[in-house]
Amino acid sequence: MAGLTGKDAVLTEYARKLETLDAPKGRSLTQDATRRMVRNKAAVVSVGVVLFIILFAFLGPYFLPWTYDKIDWSGIRKPPNFEAGHFAGTDQNGRDMLARIMQGTQMSLIVAMVATMVSVVIGVVYGAVAGYFGGRVDAVMMRFVDIMYALPYILFVIILVVIFGRNPVLLFVGIGCLEWLTMARIVRGQTLSIKEREFVEAARASGASSWAIIFRHIVPNLSGPVVIYATLTIPEIILTESFLSYLGLGVQEPQTSLGTLISFGAPVAETLPWMLIGPAVVLVSLLLCLTYIGDGLRDALDPKDR
Amino acid sequence: MSEREPILKVRDISVDFSIPAGGLFGGRKVLRAVKNVSFDLYQGETLGIVGESGCGKSTLSRAVIRMLEPTSGQSIWMGHDIQKMSVKELVALRKDIQMIFQDPLASLNPRMTAGAIIGEPLLIHYSEIGKVERLARVIAMMEKVGLTADMINRYPHEFSGGQCQRIGIARALITNPKLIVCDEAVSALDVSIRAQVINLLMDLQKELGISLLFISHDIAVVRHIAQRVMVLYFGEVVEMGDAEQVVMDPQHDYTKKLIASVPVPDPKVEMERRELRRRLRKAAA
Amino acid sequence: MALLEVKNLKVDFETTDGVVHAVRDLSYSLEKGGTIAIVGESGSGKTQGAFALLGLLPRNGKASGSVIFDGHEILNLPTRQMNRYRAERIGIIFQDPMTSLNPYLRISRQMTEVLEHHRGMSHSAALAESVRFLDAVRIPDAANRVRMYPHEFSGGMRQRVMIAMALLCQPELLIADEPTTALDVTVQAEIIDLLVDLQEDFGTAIILITHDLGIVAGTCEDTLVMFGGQVMEHRKTLDLFANPQHPYTQGLMAAIPRLDKKVDRLSTVSYEFMVGERQA
Repeated sequence: MAGLTGKDAVLTEYARKLETLDAPKGRSLTQDATRRMVRNKAAVVSVGVVLFIILFAFLGPYFLPWTYDKIDWSGIRKPPNFEAGHFAGTDQNGRDMLARIMQGTQMSLIVAMVATMVSVVIGVVYGAVAGYFGGRVDAVMMRFVDIMYALPYILFVIILVVIFGRNPVLLFVGIGCLEWLTMARIVRGQTLSIKEREFVEAARASGASSWAIIFRHIVPNLSGPVVIYATLTIPEIILTESFLSYLGLGVQEPQTSLGTLISFGAPVAETLPWMLIGPAVVLVSLLLCLTYIGDGLRDALDPKDR
Repeated sequence: MSEREPILKVRDISVDFSIPAGGLFGGRKVLRAVKNVSFDLYQGETLGIVGESGCGKSTLSRAVIRMLEPTSGQSIWMGHDIQKMSVKELVALRKDIQMIFQDPLASLNPRMTAGAIIGEPLLIHYSEIGKVERLARVIAMMEKVGLTADMINRYPHEFSGGQCQRIGIARALITNPKLIVCDEAVSALDVSIRAQVINLLMDLQKELGISLLFISHDIAVVRHIAQRVMVLYFGEVVEMGDAEQVVMDPQHDYTKKLIASVPVPDPKVEMERRELRRRLRKAAA
Repeated sequence: MALLEVKNLKVDFETTDGVVHAVRDLSYSLEKGGTIAIVGESGSGKTQGAFALLGLLPRNGKASGSVIFDGHEILNLPTRQMNRYRAERIGIIFQDPMTSLNPYLRISRQMTEVLEHHRGMSHSAALAESVRFLDAVRIPDAANRVRMYPHEFSGGMRQRVMIAMALLCQPELLIADEPTTALDVTVQAEIIDLLVDLQEDFGTAIILITHDLGIVAGTCEDTLVMFGGQVMEHRKTLDLFANPQHPYTQGLMAAIPRLDKKVDRLSTVSYEFMVGERQA
């Protein structure tokens, strides 16, 4: 087998072949899943709606005559008025509701994304490491998670508010740092089953290091449950944010979020219904669509389907 | 086989497992999965390990190459005791000793392409070679095991069982190993594909002079591929010797029973063997 | 009259990648007390062909053709009527015995229930009958073991319990789907010997589905070789092994490493015979 250890004629011939090689691309599992996902109408519509909401929130403000913090002294607590440019009415302070909904949606989406991303990264790495090494490492790491679970959530939030003060994005990085607990548990469970699969043993038999096995063989095979759980985390964080803002711990005036808007709209729903309906419609459709997307992803990635 | 030093000398390998003894406070008890097994393996030779499920054959093969830690014993690989090697030496050893697994599809990472799977050992052991040369070697190896170069970007689920096992063989061969441990490597394959894979393994062995540790529950397959056979029963070696001799003239009762149980695709022979089995059962009762 | 008459059985599966024809055209008949082996590799349609008789196809599967059991058409019967056949007249043994044993119930409970329900026996009579059947499948100390849970039995013993349960109502037909594939060779031999003996004792007709030509050789009168959903060869077992006609059967036989013959190189199955058929 000299041809495989030294560079000789055989090798150069293959190298030449390589240049002309036009190997067709294979169908990866992700592509398969995408195909199944595309066939799921509810999920496709939901993706469309979520994309629309994102565009609405981030591009919408450029087309409005009012910004979210500008006060229109001539229109306080007014229902929708197209001539004045208040398409969704104004609030008690005379600020344009549509602009505020857009800004609120922006804020909710940003915090949800940031917190979910942070929790996914920490949760996946932590869970995969604990699961793969097992034994004492696993015991210590998972007991730490149990302790974190046992501590009251709101206590952490108050500490984080004290530390980060009025910066909502940093606050939600902090919340992401708490949200990873469940993710870590899910990932650890999956890792325990994946590491028993033969391809992991095959990698060990060819001498791959533990880190290579975790990141090349285990983490990519976790994508199913992780993606599904992440899509379920996003609405959870949006709700958490709403709850915290409702308590006055979240986003601060004049900035707003969907949760804050609803909390202001709820008490005056009978006299100023437009203050509640607008943000509620956006929040409900966002949550509903994310749930459908999560469901669609679960069906698309479920290996039992094959 | 000339009288040389064996490349692998295994001496008194034992493996214990600690398992729950049952009951809420039963504590744990020790299960001896492999008991004082010793054997030699020469270059270019195939040693078959036969036994039924739970007899410890997989455990033994893994303990020998330290894929799991044996409780006691030595396995000397070309003069060095594998059980005393450092982590670094072990990684280097994996280049010389590779494995082929039972389930062709499950032993391939579903998220990697055939090329990436076959090339992975190169990435680990020959990180200095460039991407082009790595690809070239992967393609050369694919053609050697009967795959074509245009399959390089396909994923495992797009291959048939036999092709998947060829990928597994290519991955095992790419580092130019001296020993391959085949753990039930053909058991999950259909009859027609099994014959192809067995032939491929035998051809490659002849060409490359590799030693094989061939583990199987099927003594007919082992007899076909191996020169020597070791019969394992409840973790102990009950019989070891020339494959032909063991099959034709088994000494131990368990080996006799095992050989009498293997179905033969010939109705007349099978009728006689059923009578033989009846007699063996009566004798045992 | 034949006990079972299968004519032009077709099984199609509706999948996301289009329709898959698992069984294209399967016909055979089985006399009372007769035995037939259906042999094929994975994907040959051997299992689907047998499951279709019993209405055991997955939801996306569709069977057509005709299956006459004891003078009655049973293909695609409503579940209710099919259940009566399955419970009383046709027994089935699966590859994995745990699929039809309830892990939470004692064997005695699972066996007596069947007898009490379908044969109207009293509990004590049913228990005695259960023990008799466990004895018949050579489970030692059956009177005590009948009180055990399925997980307390070894794989081979579990398969024996399965066989005993399948035979409880003394069915006229027993369908055994790869009954020994999950078992060790020595246990496999015992189970196969047992099936042959039981067939002689009870006069049950047997359909044995397997991938292993070796098992077939000593057990069934007739052998039917399937490939790609079609019958390749269907003859008396003795003739088939003595003188296989179809190139696929010939190839399959030559590809098996045998204990009684030593060859230097295994021959492999050539699929050339497929070329003509594909074009047809």
